[in-house]
Amino acid sequence: MTTYSDKIKEISKRLLKEGKVDLVIGFRKGSVPLMNQPMFAKNEGDVDSFVWDSNCGINLANYVTDRSEKIGIVAKGCDSRNLVVHIIENKIKRDQLHIIGVPCKAMVDRHKIAAMMPGEIESIEENEADGTLTVTGSGFSETLNKAGVLQENCALCMHRNPVLYDELIAEEVTEQNPEEVDQYAAVREVENMAPEEKWAYFDSLFSECIRCYACRNACPLCYCPTCFVDESKPQWVGKSVDPADVRTFHFLRAYHCAGRCTDCGACVRSCPVGINVRALTKKLEKDCLENFDWKSGLTLDKRPPLDTFRPDDPEEFIK
Amino acid sequence: MKNLMEHMGLDPGRLHFSWISSAESTKFVDVAKKVTAEVKALESKEKKFVKTKPKVA
Repeated sequence: MTTYSDKIKEISKRLLKEGKVDLVIGFRKGSVPLMNQPMFAKNEGDVDSFVWDSNCGINLANYVTDRSEKIGIVAKGCDSRNLVVHIIENKIKRDQLHIIGVPCKAMVDRHKIAAMMPGEIESIEENEADGTLTVTGSGFSETLNKAGVLQENCALCMHRNPVLYDELIAEEVTEQNPEEVDQYAAVREVENMAPEEKWAYFDSLFSECIRCYACRNACPLCYCPTCFVDESKPQWVGKSVDPADVRTFHFLRAYHCAGRCTDCGACVRSCPVGINVRALTKKLEKDCLENFDWKSGLTLDKRPPLDTFRPDDPEEFIK
Repeated sequence: MKNLMEHMGLDPGRLHFSWISSAESTKFVDVAKKVTAEVKALESKEKKFVKTKPKVA
């Protein structure tokens, strides 16, 4: 990935030097392994900290909301889709953005890797040539196959290449064959459960939640100035970790993302306790596809399904 | 929304949608009766989203 990193630095330097943008948003190494941080580079000197590897799973579209500057932004497939959503929702103007497209080679699942290791991980080295990762910590060093530890959403991803960009840093990567990847196997598994089993499944899924709202803060869609969980007049939902409150939060947050979620996985990646928040959003994605033939963030020309009316919208639930 | 409720294991009978014109007062009454009856019937079957007050020593 050094070629990617170098190219990102080179382009960012050029953009800042020519004054085409006021800042470039990219990734730098995180303070903990497997967690690269977003970074705003405002001058050429900052640019050298930019990196690109398999730990850039956070969605950078989150950081352009309502900004007024000209922004250069490093965007992999899902980031670019969320930039499209942002433009459609008037959260940023297209001409404010210079999108540095990154053909994405999938991100690794930090929760999965952490669970596989006997102790705390201190560093991770990537060998792009043979597709392996070497994870080291105190007293252990293990080599993993990258393909086996991908984030679930990356393993299912159909849009690794950016859908909207001003320049690409490398040749486009080959997209996965939609015939071969079963997008909704996990959703169907839940759908086939009896109601009580479903309830129990989500009860155990959310049982670890500490209501830290990292999922909401990492989500590029969650840009409301005051989130419904933070409002106190009226208070829509209790602020406790009572199972009813936790479930209300996750249920409503997910629903707010209906027809907008690009399955970028930032929520799951940011979760400190490893809750698969996508269990809800993926279901909504499936419903949008089945009911409205809609996939979010692919084009600037269409309005999202919850924003439009079509005479043939499904309405069998209305009596 | 209804699909997601069902997906989480809630009975879909808890959420009802209806088109009622402001001129259709009788339809409104009918729907309201039907909805309350259906939800009340479910109440005995499932208790979900119920919060218990914390016990204070």
